[in-house]
Amino acid sequence: MSEESNAIKQRNDRYNKYVETVTPKTSIPKALFHSFCIGGLTCMIGQGIGDVVKVAAPNLSTDMVANITSMLLVTIAILFTGLGFYDVIARQGGAGSFLPITGFANAMASASMEFKTEGLIFGTSTKLFTVVGPVVVNGVVWSTVAGLLNLWILGMY
Amino acid sequence: MIFKHVKRSRPESMSAENEINMPMPTGFSPRPRVMRFFNTPRIVGRMSVVGEKESKGPLGRYFSRCETDDKMGEKTFERAELRMFDTAVRGAVRDARLDIRDVDLLISGDLLNQMTTSSYAARDIGVPHIGVYGACSTMTESLMIAGAFVDSGYFSTVVGAVSSHFATAERQFRYPLEYGCQRPPYAQWTVTGAAAAVVAKNCKETERFPKIVCAIPGIITDFGTNDLNNMGAAMAPAAMDTMYTLLTQSGYNVDDFDLMVTGDLGKLGSDILRDLMRRRGIKLGQNYIDCGNMIYDVYQKCYQGGSGCACSATIFTSFIMDKLMKGEYKRVAYLATGALMSTQSCYQGETIPCISHAVIVESPYGGKNNG
Repeated sequence: MSEESNAIKQRNDRYNKYVETVTPKTSIPKALFHSFCIGGLTCMIGQGIGDVVKVAAPNLSTDMVANITSMLLVTIAILFTGLGFYDVIARQGGAGSFLPITGFANAMASASMEFKTEGLIFGTSTKLFTVVGPVVVNGVVWSTVAGLLNLWILGMY
Repeated sequence: MIFKHVKRSRPESMSAENEINMPMPTGFSPRPRVMRFFNTPRIVGRMSVVGEKESKGPLGRYFSRCETDDKMGEKTFERAELRMFDTAVRGAVRDARLDIRDVDLLISGDLLNQMTTSSYAARDIGVPHIGVYGACSTMTESLMIAGAFVDSGYFSTVVGAVSSHFATAERQFRYPLEYGCQRPPYAQWTVTGAAAAVVAKNCKETERFPKIVCAIPGIITDFGTNDLNNMGAAMAPAAMDTMYTLLTQSGYNVDDFDLMVTGDLGKLGSDILRDLMRRRGIKLGQNYIDCGNMIYDVYQKCYQGGSGCACSATIFTSFIMDKLMKGEYKRVAYLATGALMSTQSCYQGETIPCISHAVIVESPYGGKNNG
């Protein structure tokens, strides 16, 4: 029996190695370039919005301007998701569209759109965080860790 | 191209001789498993319904009906799939010049949890129903069971049907539809479509239709791949196992078939299958094609091609059956492959078990082999 399972394991290893050699890989320089472009463009648009807001309302604090900018970016991302072309951009952009705040907005909006057919409670409310759940959990956990480290290290000195 | 590349990069231990002489723990059992249908059940009616993307592919003009709207005016994608399924079944029955009340049994399946589409459609159609699940291999599974029922004489008219929908399958197996994520270059695209075929017993009226001559139930084959996106590589060994059984046990060899068609291995999977068969000493030539590889054009950006149970089923009930009816193909081996995993099982670290059933269909007319 063990001999047989050993043979299976060897065969599987060999097959997986073979599959790895024939499977096409994502071209990393190309992906990096695309995500740099899309991510950079997003940030440029954000900066532009920030500048316009600053000109329009000069007596707002920098924090307030940043908040308004994020809100506008999120709104635009959700609008794009609803109109159905955010995923087209994201297919090109990769991490460039996933990492900025717009990626988070897209993940939540797409989940809420997808599951609204099951109703407000069991659909949208339950499944709203299916995609972004890990982001929220890890965000809370690691920021807590960072906060504690900060407290200890700063508290010592 | 790919063969050359493989040959160069293959390590010493993976030489062809070594692979052939290796003991095969699963599959390749000498036990005969070819079911021969001596009463030759006939495929008398068929219908294929596809979505817009598929209709723009290379085989678009062969499909019987194309739905341009993804939701088809329904509230949800699930209801749209249901409607497509219903259209396909009723259309196939009409194509066979029968009434829906003449149908003795409906054997069907789809990709959704608990096979809701086929059960709900069977509720509306109102005929006895057997639900089968073979993931993407469901069409061959239902044709095989339909053939066996008709051949044994329990029923005289059995409908086999399947459906899949891109939007419902995405929700079931992957992410929300509008979620912006990148797919790896070896991913596949689920086909939106439904297909049905009516299998009826052999008599004077049905003599001019293609017949099912034999079928081979597959063995679950698992070569230890666990990448949810790389279905082609996971399913290729299952297709190899069934194809090898077919060629060693059924008495036919590769040249006897005008067409050997696998389900939805995609470009990568069919290349792997060719390579695996070559190592077993069988060369697959021009007469081997893969439905997943054929259904989309390169410019449609579907990576390795189509998948889903409608992928091979729509092509079989349209393009291949057309050719069989005209006698352009004499004998066709139809091997659909299915990956029988769930998203949970993969996240729990299980590998992907795959299966492939084969059905051999013969045309009553000449074909190019017999002149």
